[in-house]
Amino acid sequence: MPKLTINGIAVEVPVGTTVLQACQQAGVEVAHFCFHERLAIAGNCRMCLVEQEKAPKPIASCAMPVAEGMVIHTDSDKAKKARHGVMEFLLINHPLDCPICDQGGECDLQDQAMAYGFDRGRFLENKRAVKDKDFGPLVATSMTRCIHCTRCVRFLTDVAGVEELGATGRGESMEIGTYIERALTSELSANIIDLCPVGALTSKPYAFSARPWELRKTESVDVLDAVGSNIRIDSRGPQVLRVLPRLNEDVNEEWISDKTRFAVDGLTRRRLDRPYVRRDGKLVEAEWSEAFAFIAGRLKGVPGGRMAAIAGDLVDCEAMLALKELMAALGSANLDCRQDGAALDPGCRAGYLFNTTIAGIGQADACLLIGTNPRREAPILNARLRKRWLQGGFKPAAIGPAVDLTFPVAMLGTGPGALLALVEGKHEWWSTLQTAKNPMLILGQGALTRPDGTAILALARQLAERAGMVRDGWNGFNLLHRAAARVGGLDLGFVPGPGGRGTAGILGGCESGEIEIVYLLGADEIDARRLGQAFVIYQGHHGDAGAHRADVVLPGAAYTEKDATYVNTEGRVQLGRRAVFPPGDAREDWKILRALSDALGCKLPYDSLPQLRKRMLVANQVFAGLDEATPAPWGAFGTAGPIDAAPFVYPIADFYRTDPVSRASPTMAACAAAMGAETRQKTGTHG
Amino acid sequence: MLSDKDRIFTNLYGLHDWHLPGARARGDWDGTKELILKGRDWIVNEMKNSGLRGRGGAGFPTGVKWSFMPKQADRPTYLVVNADESEPGTCKDRDIIRHDPQKLVEGCLLASVGMGVHHCYIYIRGEFVNEAKHLQTAIEEAYAAGLIGKNACGSGYDFDLYLHRGAGAYICGEETALLESLEGKKGQPRLKPPFPAAVGLYGCPTTVNNVETIAVSPTILRRGASWFAGIGRPKNEGTKVFCLSGHVEKPCNVEEAMGIPLKELIERHAGGVRGGWDNLLGIIPGGSSVPVIPKSVCDTVLMDFDALRDVKSGLGTAAVIVMDKSTDIVKAIARLSKFYKHESCGQCTPCREGTGWMWRVMERMTKGNASVEEIDMLLDVSYEIEGHTICALGDAAAWPIQGLIRHFRPEMERRIKEYREAAARRAA
Repeated sequence: MPKLTINGIAVEVPVGTTVLQACQQAGVEVAHFCFHERLAIAGNCRMCLVEQEKAPKPIASCAMPVAEGMVIHTDSDKAKKARHGVMEFLLINHPLDCPICDQGGECDLQDQAMAYGFDRGRFLENKRAVKDKDFGPLVATSMTRCIHCTRCVRFLTDVAGVEELGATGRGESMEIGTYIERALTSELSANIIDLCPVGALTSKPYAFSARPWELRKTESVDVLDAVGSNIRIDSRGPQVLRVLPRLNEDVNEEWISDKTRFAVDGLTRRRLDRPYVRRDGKLVEAEWSEAFAFIAGRLKGVPGGRMAAIAGDLVDCEAMLALKELMAALGSANLDCRQDGAALDPGCRAGYLFNTTIAGIGQADACLLIGTNPRREAPILNARLRKRWLQGGFKPAAIGPAVDLTFPVAMLGTGPGALLALVEGKHEWWSTLQTAKNPMLILGQGALTRPDGTAILALARQLAERAGMVRDGWNGFNLLHRAAARVGGLDLGFVPGPGGRGTAGILGGCESGEIEIVYLLGADEIDARRLGQAFVIYQGHHGDAGAHRADVVLPGAAYTEKDATYVNTEGRVQLGRRAVFPPGDAREDWKILRALSDALGCKLPYDSLPQLRKRMLVANQVFAGLDEATPAPWGAFGTAGPIDAAPFVYPIADFYRTDPVSRASPTMAACAAAMGAETRQKTGTHG
Repeated sequence: MLSDKDRIFTNLYGLHDWHLPGARARGDWDGTKELILKGRDWIVNEMKNSGLRGRGGAGFPTGVKWSFMPKQADRPTYLVVNADESEPGTCKDRDIIRHDPQKLVEGCLLASVGMGVHHCYIYIRGEFVNEAKHLQTAIEEAYAAGLIGKNACGSGYDFDLYLHRGAGAYICGEETALLESLEGKKGQPRLKPPFPAAVGLYGCPTTVNNVETIAVSPTILRRGASWFAGIGRPKNEGTKVFCLSGHVEKPCNVEEAMGIPLKELIERHAGGVRGGWDNLLGIIPGGSSVPVIPKSVCDTVLMDFDALRDVKSGLGTAAVIVMDKSTDIVKAIARLSKFYKHESCGQCTPCREGTGWMWRVMERMTKGNASVEEIDMLLDVSYEIEGHTICALGDAAAWPIQGLIRHFRPEMERRIKEYREAAARRAA
């Protein structure tokens, strides 16, 4: 390991470390703009110039690898002069319009100008002005402020995998743009807002809403997909103003998807802020006590077997446990958290988890995607797959309709036939799988929400076992969920009890009249027409499909409005935290259920969140390991059976509108309209 | 003065046939097979002993550069010849390609053998339309005669040569920007290290050489290192093509011994300065990038790398731009500043922002519309650019201005004073 001296401090760092990283290890801060530890090194801002003894010129510390015996000075006159000069050059054409710039208060250029700049300018010429670009509904541009660090270009090219941004023009005429003006099509595009060190790229929906110092910052997790991205919720007063990523190397690194970031404006729209009951065919406003009495009156005398409950995609674990126990107290075993009817087997935890873990993708060398389009279902996870592919020695393949994942994928077939051929070793890709050291497969919901779902699950398990994907220290069998609530629901056993009905059975029972009462806990993705004549209690936060059909509406809290537990697709237990209070009369979901149980005369045995969480631990030990993905033991799951040759259908057609929150979001609607041509699947009437 | 028998470029003026038969008659491709068979180490050693320094401007010893190429490579290796000659005042490579293209083709082969390379690219400036045609013809003639291609010259060595035309950016003459451009990307210099000898074209070990460097190498190998080393001064050996332009009676390219006095070079080959030597104002001795030197220095300075470095200028590409006393020296340098502002690639901050700043100040300086303190500011800005950029274009933009201020500051101050006086008169 090379030893070097930085400002008189001796440090020893691994080979390949850059001087800038070595400085950071020595506790010496080096100013920089273009350098970002997750992006390719560009070395173009020149802010990080430092003096190296015996070198004729100052060196760009972000790009220079360390060498034995280097002597670095970051505060010598030479280094200071270089830094001062670069800062001056950056500022001469920068508009200095900080008072009207949205980046103000969180601007790298502002901060570093304070530290390294000078209090007056020597530049007497006219400043450069650059025409703003239209990057679509998410990213606002003010290109005059651009300092050409190319972080945005490198992010979109390398991480997001869409070569849509680049520099055109030369010298001071150089501009960052999309070549031909058009919206960015990446699901991760808005991360360039965070990356931009100045106010050239800012958030369009959040424009001029607040200054960073006015915001209350709450660390939480995202629920709009099953990745469980770590987020920071910035709120002011009663309103969530924006969502930013929070660093978590194991989950989302420091990226989030555009939906995670921008769907939050849906939280103030179409909200259920008071209870409703249906009288004379119309939903009318009601008090809580009225609504509870209405439910109690209807439930009286109905046997438990004629009641059912379905939990939706965004529901927290606490609410699901409370509802499960309420249903048990009412004597019903008809409950299901798989509202899409996916053939997930709750019997074996390894059978419904992303066992490899998201970070574990880095060790895989072959990956088979079955009926999943991770770019739509989990863009963050797709970025990990791409990152692995960029490192080389990674062979991805997919079974399903052709899809652009931002990296090339071998298409093995469109339906389960190819999977069967692989299991039988008859497919030519079998040899790739067999020779791979750490093979993995990702089974998507598109493969399981079919009548033959359980047979496909069994086939996938067989393939995993045959291909050596499951062994000590490596589990390459992965299920990619779409819903943040799914793994938590399965962990809590929110599935039909003995003799109980699942989602399909419940809906069938509603149609035939065998089920009289249905409790929808945030379940909006079921076919409401199939609820028949059943009495529907809807508890949730948005006036979406479920509330439309409901006979009683109980207003709940959205994910930014409650302290709650979620389990992501890896089985990682994470805590969401309350940033703002629920609107109007809406309450936290477990509290509603607890109050309702009292009204129904079967009081749930907890009065506080800690008591409820203790019960969760009893229900499943995994809830003890916070922020950890507890490995699950392998077992048998799925049931072998006949398979249908029909091609897989990916579950998400419109990435921007998948749940009640994003469907209520005007920003997401604008995105869907802007990207419509790309994302909307062709119907029979196309061409 | 260089005697005719020591000239390498015997058809520099295009008086003879430039096709293969003519070139052979002048001695090209004579005994090339034997030179190849002497082997890689012999070639590199001979080049080292000849003392040849790169003719593209930086003057790095060629033999040493060739020795950096890996002896055993698990990847392809490349030789890239830089024919993107765009430095204002420089036109030596153009004439070599026009009139003596076979020297370059043969040089490519021998240099490639010296480095164990089997693929060579010549990146030629896009504006050189006819030159590219000549060179392509020369390459085709050499292929047809079996001199290059499979089993080149019957030596058993396989060698392929490709011509690639640039699209007209000065920065693509910088070796790493050239490689980017050759790969089909935007021509922007790469960070160094890694140097091209380790990570070059398509990520493989690559050597980039100037046309003249490559074109003189066959003759050096044929006539021996000691012959070449016997010309010129120590560490500045050999012959060099000088481009004489500007206010001289007969602008020309001429091959001369390194270290010839500047005055002798101009008077003997270019017919002297227009209006006599005493009418001389200053000379830019090595292409637009190097600082101007005033007459007092021109009187005695020798034309080689070290002598010119000692007077704070440089040999560069040996493009001698002569300016007599009719020259508006401030305007001349301002025009160069505009050139660098226009040609900056825009990648790194000091050059992107600084070249435009300096040009705008220089434009005001030509009229005198500035203050005296701004001269010092301009100098300071030039030092903030110099040495702080990814490639040498920043230095090249800074040096002419530094040279101007170093030698012609009184002229700049005079203009400022006159402008102010005129303004005061107008106001009165």
